[in-house]
Amino acid sequence: MRLVMRAAEVLGAERLIPITGAHVDSCLYHGEATVDFVERLIGGGAHVSVPTTLNVGAVDLLHPELWRGDPRTAERGRLLMGHYRSLGCQPTYTCAPYQLAAARPAFGEQVAWAESNAIVFCNSVLGARTERYGDFTDIACAITGRVPDAGLHRTDARRAVLVMRLGADVPAALLDDDSLYPVLGIVLGRRAGSRVSVIDGLPPGIPEERLKALGAAAASSGAVAMFHAVGSTPEAPTLEAALQGTEPEEIAEVDMAELRAARDELTTATAGAPVGTQVGTVSLGTPHASLAELRAVERELAGARPAPGVELLVSTARTLLEAAEEEGLAGRLRALGVELLVDTCSYIAPVLRPSPLPAMTDSGKWAFYAPANIGVEVVFGSLRECVRSAVEGRVWRDTDHWGTA
Amino acid sequence: MRGTVLADGAAEGLALVLDEPLSLWGGVDPGSGAIIDLRHPQHGATIAGRVLVMRSVRGSSSSSSVLAEAVRAGVAPAAILLGEPDLILAVGAAVGEELYGVRVPVLHLAVAQLDSIPDGAAVSIHEGGEVTL
Repeated sequence: MRLVMRAAEVLGAERLIPITGAHVDSCLYHGEATVDFVERLIGGGAHVSVPTTLNVGAVDLLHPELWRGDPRTAERGRLLMGHYRSLGCQPTYTCAPYQLAAARPAFGEQVAWAESNAIVFCNSVLGARTERYGDFTDIACAITGRVPDAGLHRTDARRAVLVMRLGADVPAALLDDDSLYPVLGIVLGRRAGSRVSVIDGLPPGIPEERLKALGAAAASSGAVAMFHAVGSTPEAPTLEAALQGTEPEEIAEVDMAELRAARDELTTATAGAPVGTQVGTVSLGTPHASLAELRAVERELAGARPAPGVELLVSTARTLLEAAEEEGLAGRLRALGVELLVDTCSYIAPVLRPSPLPAMTDSGKWAFYAPANIGVEVVFGSLRECVRSAVEGRVWRDTDHWGTA
Repeated sequence: MRGTVLADGAAEGLALVLDEPLSLWGGVDPGSGAIIDLRHPQHGATIAGRVLVMRSVRGSSSSSSVLAEAVRAGVAPAAILLGEPDLILAVGAAVGEELYGVRVPVLHLAVAQLDSIPDGAAVSIHEGGEVTL
């Protein structure tokens, strides 16, 4: 309760309001402080009072053989994951709880979510309400069942103050290219910082997977907790609705030069990894892959296997893996040589096969964090480019919708 | 100068004025305090014992844990001065104090005040939010 009161003070709230659920990120091991904290809670007899899902942990509990790091870290990581379970949290271990039917809050519901990509998705795509909660605060809110009545829990704070308009030079074909969305997210995070923004100029009805990729990248390059996309997100049927009838602080236009520069920065491999550059690893599923994305991997493989020596790994939630097992999809993917990772992610756990060659990803977030976290050079591309590159063992590029500078 | 207290305490140290926002998770090694974000202009510098000055925040909700772990490991910054309030860092400091009895004051100051702090300057933070150079 003291932590929730501290949160209320920092956010300037005058009262607390009840929540219907929580998503807790504190179960990922970052050293002994994270264990000391939860053991203090357990010692005090704490238990969550609302349905609470858990974020990724340090280890894949279902496939422990994939761990390639120090066994002591794995043991502490596993202990921490179990400790949160003993507080009454559900062992979902996914960074994309919004892809689990049972954990998806309805429009307008008040919740306490941590994990930066989940926070953005919750506010922006579901229209449920959470502040930008972090470790420790998440579980404190889950135990008390209360959050400060402040920030994004309140309607007025959900109004866009930045309008980000796509430039006239962005070609229509690029708007239907998966690789645009993480890049747009990187630009949005830099432009918006922690402000609520609205993107104008995208086609209506953008699929969830693209909004997920956009939000995850924006929460990596900035402190974005909510964005609107006119015609796609529920609080932005129109630009005026997203602005709640007020004038924006800033209108920014994003042109191809800025988008291309952001895309190029996501690739850290030497010379921008031109077509034909060898790749050692392809990592997909950050945030965790949806069933639609798992099916897309199978479709793009079209019966082919990754080239000899190339690892193709997809991270997903254990609940979705179960569904994929039931429809036979998981078995077919494994038969083609695809590795399926659950409960954790390939840039926080030492699971990738060591390789001197660069790793390819379709995730802006993975491209952003993996070089520092696991010491790889990164090549960024769309899901199709990633899968085909895995098959060829070399960077393969799709029809170029980005144009030349 | 006086800031809004997000986590209280007294501290002294040399300012490390960040040119770009930094996510502690994925950006700092909680065992050494070194900045490991390869894209950050101050990659390689250490935050341990410094008065961290950051105009805006970004990134991961795990940064609370990384700050608490840095406190445990003895490599936390002496204090954190922010241009916008941030719950994630405030709570990391609160937990670090609760578990290990070490206070890392976290203050929110006006951006103009933050900009008046030169990199490397000796900064004192007093309980209640007063900041002197």
